[in-house]
Parts: sequence; C-alpha cells; structure tokens
Amino acid sequence: MLQVMKIVVCVKQVPDPEAPASAFKVDAATNRVVPPPGIPPVMNGFDEQAVEAALRIKDKNSAQVVVLSVGPEGAREVIKKALAMGGDEGFLVNDPALEDSDAHGIAYALAESIKKIGGCDLVLSGRQASDWDQAQVPAGVAELLGLPCVTLAKTVSVEDSAVRVQRVLPDGYEVWTAPLPAVITVSNELGEPRYATLKGIMAAARKKVTVWSAADLALDKSRIGVAGRRVLVRKLFIPVKEGKCEVMEGDTVGAKASALARKLREAKLI
Amino acid sequence: MAEARGVLVIAEVVGGVVVPVTHELLGAARRLAAVLGEPVLALAAGSGMGKVPQDLIARGADKVYVTDEPLFAKYQTDVFVALAAKAVKEISPRVVLLGHDGVGRDLAPRLAFRLGSGLANDCIELRLEGQELVALRPVYGGAALAEITCAGMPKLATVRVKALDPLAADPARKGEVVAYASGLSESTVRARMLEVVKQEAKGLRLEDARIIVSGGRGIGGPEGFQTALKELTDTLGAAQGASRAACDSGYCPPTWQIGLTGKVVGPDLYFAIAISGASQHLAGISGAKNVVAINKDPEANMFKESRWGIVGDWKQVVPALTQACKELLGK
Repeated sequence: MLQVMKIVVCVKQVPDPEAPASAFKVDAATNRVVPPPGIPPVMNGFDEQAVEAALRIKDKNSAQVVVLSVGPEGAREVIKKALAMGGDEGFLVNDPALEDSDAHGIAYALAESIKKIGGCDLVLSGRQASDWDQAQVPAGVAELLGLPCVTLAKTVSVEDSAVRVQRVLPDGYEVWTAPLPAVITVSNELGEPRYATLKGIMAAARKKVTVWSAADLALDKSRIGVAGRRVLVRKLFIPVKEGKCEVMEGDTVGAKASALARKLREAKLI
Repeated sequence: MAEARGVLVIAEVVGGVVVPVTHELLGAARRLAAVLGEPVLALAAGSGMGKVPQDLIARGADKVYVTDEPLFAKYQTDVFVALAAKAVKEISPRVVLLGHDGVGRDLAPRLAFRLGSGLANDCIELRLEGQELVALRPVYGGAALAEITCAGMPKLATVRVKALDPLAADPARKGEVVAYASGLSESTVRARMLEVVKQEAKGLRLEDARIIVSGGRGIGGPEGFQTALKELTDTLGAAQGASRAACDSGYCPPTWQIGLTGKVVGPDLYFAIAISGASQHLAGISGAKNVVAINKDPEANMFKESRWGIVGDWKQVVPALTQACKELLGK
C-alpha cells in the first residue's frame, strides 16, 4: 500500500430525486427523462455518502481523495461539491461519444480513468444511482480492474492493507474484509454526509479538475455509447395510476377516525 | 459453443434451506420455459444440501446442479461468481435468473460483467416475445417503468422479491439431480465474510406482517413511533415500519426501513403516516393490497397511492384511530 493512501470516489450527477412527482416527465420519442425545468441536477445521494466514507478514512489516515465522474460538462458541479466537502483533486470524463452509455460503457470508462490516474488503494462509490437504480457500475469497475468488491457498506475502515466493511442486511449486518486495492459500494445507512464549509467551498475553487475525452483514455468506441450497450431500453414510460383515494369526511378527527375504522372492519382487514 | 437452451435459476440456500425468492424464480422460470419449450434448470451451492434438490424439483426445476462443498457454506462473492460463470459456460442456458436480494445484488452484476452480458436488474415482470426476453423494471425510484432487453446470451435478470409467483410445492414432481464440482479453492476468495450480526426487530417480521403501521419524516422524532404509532400497531397486532427519511433521521432503527433500498413488503393493510409518498418509498410497498394515508397535506402524493385517507395531523388522527379500532374490536 502506498504511504499516502489514494482513494478514488466515483460520483454521478443525476436529476434531483426530491423534485415533485408532478415535475417528472418522459419523452416517449427518445425514451429519455425530460429534466424538470428550473430544478438543478444533484450528486447522486449514495455517491455523496461514498465521498463521506472516503473523508472519514482521510480524517484518520494519511490519504488523498480523488473524485471521478463520467458525465456532461455540467457534472463538474458535483465534482466541485465533493472537493468542497474535502476531496483533493477531480477528474471529469466528458465526451459526446459516451452519451447513452449503459453500465458496461460507464464502468469501462471509469476503469480506464483509474488506470490513467495511476491506480489507487480503494475505490468507493454509491450502491446505486437514483436515476436508473441499476447498481451495476461499481461491480463492473471491480471486474474490469480485477479487484475484489464488497457491496452495501454502512461503515468502511482501513487497517493493514485491508478494508473492513459492515455490510447492510435487512435485519442487521455482516462484517466483510478484503485486501487492498478493493472496490466498496456505500449505502445510506452510513449516515449524513458532511456539509461543505465556506472555507471548503473557497478551497475547492483552487483544486485541480482535469477533463478527459474518450481519446485521452484511448477508449474503444465499440464499447461505449449506444454501440457499447448490453442493455437496450425499448420503452420508458410513466405508469398510469387509477388511484382513487376515499378521503374520510367528518366534523371531528374522532368522526373521521371512526369512519375509517368501520371501513377497515367492513373490508375484513382488521 | 453449444446452442443456448433452458432457463437457469441460481438458487439461494441458507443453512440448508432454500429461500422463498428462489421458489418465486422457479415459478417464473416454469412460465418462461413453457413458452420456449425448454427445461428449467437450477444451480444450488452450499454445504449440507440434503433436502435442497428435491425442494427445487418440487417447485419446478427439471434438473438441479448441486455443488455441496464447505467452500460454499456461506455466501462469498468471489467463489459464487466463479462457480456461476463456470456453470453458465458449461450449461449454456438461454436465461439466467437470480433474486434481487442481498445475494443477487452482489452476485448478478459481477457475473454479468464476467460473462460480458447485459443484466436486467430488479425486474417486476418478465415475458418472452419470440425468443427475446423482455423485462419490466422500475427506474427513477419507481416514478417510471422501463421495458428492456439484453444483448448477447445468456439473458441475465434479477427479479424483485415478491414480484412474481412461485408454484405450489409438488412433492411428486420428478427431476434430475447432478453433482457439480466447483473445482475452486480458498485461494479464489478475496472479499471475505467474517461474521453476521443479527439485529432482529422485536416481534413480527415486516416481510411476514399482514398489517404494517409505518411512519415518515413527518413524525418528527422517535417519540411518535414509540408512543402513538406503537399503540396503533399493538391494537391491530401489526408490525412497525418507516420510510427511509425517518430512518436516516435516526427516528427508528434501520431495520424498519421500507422502500427501494429497504424492505419490500406485501401486507394486506399498510398505514402510511406522515409519509409524503416519494417513489423510493412506494417501490417498497408495491405489493401492499390496501393502503391508508394519514397526512396533514391534502396534496401529498401518498393519497394518490392509497385506497383510504384522512387529512389531518397524525398527533390527533392516530390516537383517535387507535381508540376507534379498540372500540370496534372490543378491546
């Protein structure tokens, strides 16, 4: 393991999942989501937790945190946010050839970027992205780099060239370990990511963000973009909801509550 | 390479017992296999597999490949992925199915990349159009649905827990059982599971509960969960759950979390109390048969997903509802 541990955090810019449901629209002709007007995209929430996990390790160890993203020019904003939280350096892979890539294309671009960065001791990423919810890219990066991968971490710690993870279970957790270098995916149970302080935001402005094209990484065009897709979207649509909710009427809370209790009883649910 | 044929289910076995989602996968596999006119296969790895092959056959498998080795006593990514990849290359199935649970979420993506195949994750529906497997999966937290197909062979899919139906067990069903040697050793294991720490929620398991009383960030703190919501829960003999926002805020244990990244539940009756109804949460209750929303915001999205609702502050509504239920139930 290098004396100063190098951690690469992979982050993705996504449409804001907190945007109201009414703002969500799909363009049926292109099978794409129409970005809600006036609502800026954000860093994928789980990736923010991955940045936090990296910074917690940096709090306790001599470490350098590198922030990496594949995305449009605007994705620079999420890299800047991660740098403001405490990351040291950023890399953005931006190229029209990468548009419409699926997990295979993105994982390939990230893996090649990590190689070009010179390798690292630990790769952290959110467990899934809140847009496509696929949870495939990190495992793909691990497979392409030939690294072990542990998923769904709620704690991540490093000791003696190994990483130790508490992995989330529905009813508790598992303890996993892997030799470094390794890939770890982070879940929301890790806890609240730290806020970027004003000092951090100002420092981030002076931190380096390098932009790479597909050519800089010598990416094989047949493995990225539409050509590289292994998963094909035939149709993207918003399901029609029949939803007819019967709202209880009554002059008092007690009256409404009694009305509901009676309905549930009639339906033999209670 | 052999022509791709058959629907292969990667079975999940814990302590010598087949987990329920595997039965659901076999049910789905049987329905696909019927259209294809091809067999249903299963790969089961573990240690001490005595009753497992017959269980899988009873639930729909025509042929079971059993790997019974100490190396597979508990799930470890590297050996299970290596075994699955080896088996897929040798068996050459058309379709490979896994459950979208802790094991499937870990195994399937790695396996997909090792095979160079596309993976349809967290599917709620699978159907065949000719020989093409078409999968339906929720995206954007469940706000939209995507119909997808995968390039190459085999077609890999993980299926959402409780989304598809198992077949009833037929102990008289016959099938073939084949011992399948992994040819792997400890040296393959790099990511290693050291121990399991169970933090069982007291009382009824959410996955088994017929009635669930669930609270959201609007409860504002742990107290509401421990008093008003608990009283309603106990009166109805229900289990308690919560939205991710409430768990992330520390109002309740993470084991209570229901949603896309929490538990997926299918009760007969689900109370969503002070829960706004974000897609993330709705994804966890898509199997709920009847939903009641209690929220002080009449525009809350939760009402659109519910059969009944009360607009009001939970602090008044929930105790009143508990009282009304007690009277009706003679408690």
